[in-house]
Amino acid sequence: MVAKRIIPCLDVKDGVVVKGINFLGLKEVGDAVDMGVRYAREGADELVYLDISATREGRNTFAALVEKIAAGIDIPFTVGGGIGSVDDASRLLDAGADKVSINSAAIRDPELIGRIASKYGSQFVVVAIDAKCVDGTWKATTHGGSVMTDKELFSWAMEAQQRGAGEILFTSMDHDGTKGGYACEVYERLSELLSIPVIASGGAGSIADIAKVLTEGKADAALAASIFHYGEIGIQELKEALRKENINVRI
Amino acid sequence: MIAIIDYDAGNIQSVGNALSRLGTEYVLTSDPAVLDGASKIILPGVGNAAHAVESLREKGLESYVRSLRRPVLGICVGLQIMCRRSEEGDSRGLGIFDCDVRKFEPGPDCKVPHMGWNTISNLEGKLFKDMKGGSWVYFVHSYYPALCPDTVATCTHAGVMFSAALRYENFYGTQFHPEKSGGAGEKILRNFLEL
Repeated sequence: MVAKRIIPCLDVKDGVVVKGINFLGLKEVGDAVDMGVRYAREGADELVYLDISATREGRNTFAALVEKIAAGIDIPFTVGGGIGSVDDASRLLDAGADKVSINSAAIRDPELIGRIASKYGSQFVVVAIDAKCVDGTWKATTHGGSVMTDKELFSWAMEAQQRGAGEILFTSMDHDGTKGGYACEVYERLSELLSIPVIASGGAGSIADIAKVLTEGKADAALAASIFHYGEIGIQELKEALRKENINVRI
Repeated sequence: MIAIIDYDAGNIQSVGNALSRLGTEYVLTSDPAVLDGASKIILPGVGNAAHAVESLREKGLESYVRSLRRPVLGICVGLQIMCRRSEEGDSRGLGIFDCDVRKFEPGPDCKVPHMGWNTISNLEGKLFKDMKGGSWVYFVHSYYPALCPDTVATCTHAGVMFSAALRYENFYGTQFHPEKSGGAGEKILRNFLEL
């Protein structure tokens, strides 16, 4: 049986890993390649690198960094942030990325999902959705949660799957950075609706939170950042605890 | 020298990176003259099997690969196009492995792609020297090589047992990605290099 995956997420700005709370107030946490190598050694199943640089220089730095990451780590990694075209995706593929994650650009231009998937396969395309719950309805947002769109989460996730997404990475902007647990009911519903894997993101504060989203929340993978970056939970310790709960993880 | 066949089939740089981490020199090429100089050949591939086999044909390498008598390792789609045929685009493969490639039927209990780490069992032969059944390796695929006489490792996803690796004479193939499979993958690549 395929194992539930544990995925540390590294936000990269101008070549350096940073972490903010609710996408605001950034703090430097380390070197992108060194951290990736360390996580891979500790048992991370995959890594996600998100480029949050706002400038062209920052983006160029990131592409060069992807090559170094690909040379250094022996587990799969996804890159995202600012991918707006097939050319952007091609460049990152050539640099050695295993998957690209597209977010705002897919909302602006949903056909982009199919264009990338038909060229490189669905396994290469992760559609990331940042959503917020407003008056009982989950709506996708862009620009780190600050801009609401008219896309309803569940129908947008279904559409992304039909267009060729290989995975859905859903972040609850209401939970991200709070360490109060994942939006489990939302993941459960997404996972039942979709036939592609669902990655849970936003809200991990404890081992119990991760266990819950992988069982009750039926997520295929759990992504987290700060709990790993600040050493609050070791990946090995986490996986041993999950195994004790009879969750199928790779140790 | 190891040659990696360069034929526009996705992320092939990662195989080269894995060889570099093992301290092995390699060349990325589609030129038969260069391939002739290699002691072993790797046929990588991600994405669409029908496109990949078409691309290999366009480069005039179909019969070249089939005629090789040195160790050849097909990875993922590289393995699939060495099979008889694939349900992906109803494409004809090189027919090296006595095997057909089928589609996983997506359903509530069958997530497709089969993506992530899974265990391999029933390991046979030199590719898995000093390895035990139950090793974890990384898979990403929506089509699978069926069980067949050439099966040398198995894996199960959503109740379907399929070939995780194949071998026929000097031809080897892994459906998983050894270059992305941490320590276990490194061991398998090393075993291939030592053939």
